[in-house]
Amino acid sequence: MSLPDNPFPGGAESHDDEDSPRARAEAQWRAAFEAAPLRDGTFETMSGIPLAAVHGDPPYPGQFPYTRGIYPSMYRSRLWTMRLFAGMGTAADTNQRFKRLLEAGGTGLSTAFDMPTLMGRDSDHPWAVGEVGRAGVAVDTIADMEDLFAGIDLGGVSTSMTINGPANILMAMYIVTGERGGTERARLSGTIQNDILKEYQAQKEYIFPPRPSVRLVTDLIGFTTAEMPRWHPVSISGYHIREAGSTAAQELAFTLANGFAYVEAAMAAGLDVDDFAGRLSFFFNSHIDFFEEIGKYRAARRIWARWMRERYGARQERSLQLRFHTQTAGVSLTAQQPEVNIARVATQALAAVLGGTQSLHTDSYDEALALPTERAARIALRTQQVIAHETGATNVADPLGGSAYVEWMTDEMERRATEVFDHLDKLGEGSILEGVYEGIANGYFVGEIADSAYRFEREVNAGQRIIVGVNAHTTGDDGETPTLYIADDVEDQQLARLAEAKQRRDGGAVVAALERLAADAADPTVNLMEPIIDCVRVEATEGEIVNALEGVFGTYTEPAVV
Amino acid sequence: MSGPDGDAAGAETERRQPVRVVLAKLGLDGHDRGLKVVARMLRDAGLEVIYLGLRQTTESILLAVEQEDADVIGLSIHNGGHLTLAPRMVEAVRATGTDVPVVVGGIVPDVDLERLAEAGVFAVLGPGASAAEVARTVRAAAARRA
Repeated sequence: MSLPDNPFPGGAESHDDEDSPRARAEAQWRAAFEAAPLRDGTFETMSGIPLAAVHGDPPYPGQFPYTRGIYPSMYRSRLWTMRLFAGMGTAADTNQRFKRLLEAGGTGLSTAFDMPTLMGRDSDHPWAVGEVGRAGVAVDTIADMEDLFAGIDLGGVSTSMTINGPANILMAMYIVTGERGGTERARLSGTIQNDILKEYQAQKEYIFPPRPSVRLVTDLIGFTTAEMPRWHPVSISGYHIREAGSTAAQELAFTLANGFAYVEAAMAAGLDVDDFAGRLSFFFNSHIDFFEEIGKYRAARRIWARWMRERYGARQERSLQLRFHTQTAGVSLTAQQPEVNIARVATQALAAVLGGTQSLHTDSYDEALALPTERAARIALRTQQVIAHETGATNVADPLGGSAYVEWMTDEMERRATEVFDHLDKLGEGSILEGVYEGIANGYFVGEIADSAYRFEREVNAGQRIIVGVNAHTTGDDGETPTLYIADDVEDQQLARLAEAKQRRDGGAVVAALERLAADAADPTVNLMEPIIDCVRVEATEGEIVNALEGVFGTYTEPAVV
Repeated sequence: MSGPDGDAAGAETERRQPVRVVLAKLGLDGHDRGLKVVARMLRDAGLEVIYLGLRQTTESILLAVEQEDADVIGLSIHNGGHLTLAPRMVEAVRATGTDVPVVVGGIVPDVDLERLAEAGVFAVLGPGASAAEVARTVRAAAARRA
């Protein structure tokens, strides 16, 4: 795969001085590009015009502050991971869906847990009635985790687990599942969301109060840093902040602030920033305002790189590079004329790709109605494949870089985010972590998000903002979209499984392991991962482990503020 | 409640009191964007909103209804638990010997609408319901009770 003679059309001739900063940036980029592997592909237009891998001015992709992308070759080396979130019913049901997604060309797994699992409660907890296996898969014990990944080589697949409050417990279950199947922990690859701060701000799936919860986050960061080099211990998530109603700039600002908060917490726990920062990753929304989204991703990379270097003293390049997963905006999908959502998802997915995402989930068109059917999930995956293989958007890194509008939008996103960082820095008296705690306690985050959500809704109601099929162009809704139906017997099946698991285990060993965990939890200097793994090995349930921790940490209840 | 002059007090007694609605999330589901937007919509429409927020039980909702003398219960359910949670709320209301109507908002597949109606749910408001529709539905629920 040879490069065209001039990889910088319109640029190189006027910069033939070898010592100019531009010439140096070009030479550095070229060396990095040539060292990168290229995937199979024809990097030319449909009409046969050969394409340079990058256009425009330095800094180039792969160069600080990475506004234009974190890799010199971007999608010429490797496409993004096409990762579709799936989970429903029992572990065996979801295992089937996983296998079909892999067969259909998906390249990573992503697990959706049901609400009781997300909240750290077993399927037989009184709060769980009606919610078992409904919005995700039910996992109570290690046995469920083993069924979830049965027949899948954990050494050969990367797995994402969307879980926060009880993240350490599910991580422990995944580790023990690997162990029992012959894959040691160091070979496990994937991401666990483990971003508790945004739960208090937006998604509301918290269990313990913020400070002990952040200790659990840093325990997991410390543990994976030492033991699991292929694992991403936190996925710092703006997705839920946006879905809860924030603007793009608020999503950007709150998410990066949370990222800074984790960096400060992990450093305070004694970790070296360069030992863990390279394993942090991000998760952003892709909403429908195309250029605003692209500006958001570009600004995110630039802000992160500068802050990590200047404020937190990171030196390794990987610590400065913001890697992110993207999901299209579930909240933008309409129940009216749901097929039109395919167009929305395609537009949002393209924005994510043009913004340089590393991984992408495309929503299914029927998600405003129910969990996706298999057909709808397949169309969503195919949408990514069309962008990857047909549109040519992957031939050139940061194809919109240098557009006056896109560069302005990038600057504007950064400017607005900086205002928020200044506010939090002041609130925390020089600590973003303390500022975030204070913003949670004083209702700053939930208030800002609720204000933005309401403003949006009023604009839609007043017809100032058109949503096709909802407040304009409303004819043609036949109401005939087939939706997925979760069988009523899932709860009974899961309750029977849980009862069976409790029957066959050694009760004395469970009690002893839980008591040890509670004792360790009371000592803030102990990393709780190994004690939790010990609980999982003797088949303690998720709920039992949460109870043991709750006894020490307490429970969080949010003040009801509209 | 009386106005600045004496006549207003008389007018007040003739006018219907504002409808009072308790808004809550029942169960574990934490999706509260919709409920918060609905709370503000209803306030703007002149209703009185008692916002309970997340992780409520049928007991905590009934307590609020009693203490606040509410006319309607608005339940927000976004994660598929509606067939269990909504009928349970209706039964809990009936067990107290009252008939406070229950309106459900959130994601409910069409095939479940009939079952919810049979269970005694007054109305279901889906995604995309307008502010006017939300206020109209809650008022109609209150009127049915009166």
